[in-house]
Amino acid sequence: MRRRRPGSRAEPVADPARGIELRGVGHGYGDRTVLSGVELRLTERRIGVVGGNGSGKSTFARLLNGLVQPSAGQVLVDGLDTAVHLRAVRRRVGFVFQDPDAQIVHPTVAEDVAYGLENQGVPPAERGSRVAEVLERYGLAGHADHPAHLLSGGQKQLLAIAGVLVMRPARIVFDEPTTLLDLVNARRVARLIAELDQQVVVVTHQLDLLDGFDRVLVLDGGTVVADDEPTAAVAAYRTLMADR
Amino acid sequence: MTALGLYVPGGSAVHRCPAGLKLAALSALSVVLFAVPTVPVAAGALGLVLLLGLAAARLPVALLGRQARAVLVWLVALAAVTAVVSGAASATLVTLRLLALVLAAAVVTATSRVSELVAVVEWLCAPLRLVGVRPARIGLLVAMALRFIPLVAERADRVREAQAARGGTARGVRSLVTLAVPLLVQVLQLAHTTAEALDARGADDEAPARALWRRT
Repeated sequence: MRRRRPGSRAEPVADPARGIELRGVGHGYGDRTVLSGVELRLTERRIGVVGGNGSGKSTFARLLNGLVQPSAGQVLVDGLDTAVHLRAVRRRVGFVFQDPDAQIVHPTVAEDVAYGLENQGVPPAERGSRVAEVLERYGLAGHADHPAHLLSGGQKQLLAIAGVLVMRPARIVFDEPTTLLDLVNARRVARLIAELDQQVVVVTHQLDLLDGFDRVLVLDGGTVVADDEPTAAVAAYRTLMADR
Repeated sequence: MTALGLYVPGGSAVHRCPAGLKLAALSALSVVLFAVPTVPVAAGALGLVLLLGLAAARLPVALLGRQARAVLVWLVALAAVTAVVSGAASATLVTLRLLALVLAAAVVTATSRVSELVAVVEWLCAPLRLVGVRPARIGLLVAMALRFIPLVAERADRVREAQAARGGTARGVRSLVTLAVPLLVQVLQLAHTTAEALDARGADDEAPARALWRRT
């Protein structure tokens, strides 16, 4: 009998209406519990996640596309369990990291954007047109053949985002996407996120990034301590931090 | 634009020439230079490389100059030692030969996209599929090495600056040790995040290579 690798099953049937579900999710590193008892259903288009350092935000973000597997409970994306249908989940959920340098894996801009498409088996001709289209949209067309490490910080973050968007995921998780950027580039990335059609989950310390969001979660000590519309959730977060 | 990724965009015949053919020509040149160790052959090879690079591929003189400068110390040292040991003629031969090879390699990398070079590496590694190795992984390894060498150098500069800003004055071997430890920590963190990024971008989507004799 053929053995299957975890997460390599045939393309399962997904139900996009279900959104992202976390059922009794917990996670720990060794003896240290980072998240516990997280019970959520995320169907809104713009979702923010805030919390202090070590509150479990990054682990929470990584659970959503299976970069981290829960120690307890289940994470489902469109009804697909991240522990079972890992590849299908990752095709649905893009991930943008805080440090674009760690995300850019090819020496030149166009080659890096094409990387995810190669993995998806997109034919070279379509790959070329999709890469050109996304570079044009994000103002990187003139840098297609440039070495990635010579781009500015803002351009690198745009490149990292372009590398995810070209794969056309239905949902994108951003882990502190503006932390390393200056005001102008942070605004540019914020505008880009606001214009996306996809569902986005944004982990951030920059509270003005959450303007216009549908829902904001506040994490503290590995649990969700507030879950509300942005104004109320941010107020709860400020109160929480003021007490420290 | 250059860096470790040396590619200079262009539409010349040299640019359009398949990367595999250019790499084969580079290999052939190396063999000829060592098989026929004469000054006229080495000088002719150097002239041909300059002609191809500057006239045919229209590469900037500065680019080839930078490549030559990068090995200048070694060239001078090698020429000096060879001159003392074997005489001036041998020193001239060694210098011309090495310079021709360095510049030829620069012309190849400046006129070939990394993806084209990586495709050649993958093609060359294709027989390794027989033993279960994925050629695409080797190609990715090469591309990532080219991508991360300048990045690690940049991180090393940052560590040095941070140490200097706090009064660090270590010199010689001690400075290497004080640099190596924090740099290693940073590189390991970078490697961890990059591994996550590769996963997130579907690195594992590629069909696993299967050794031909393994029945599944």
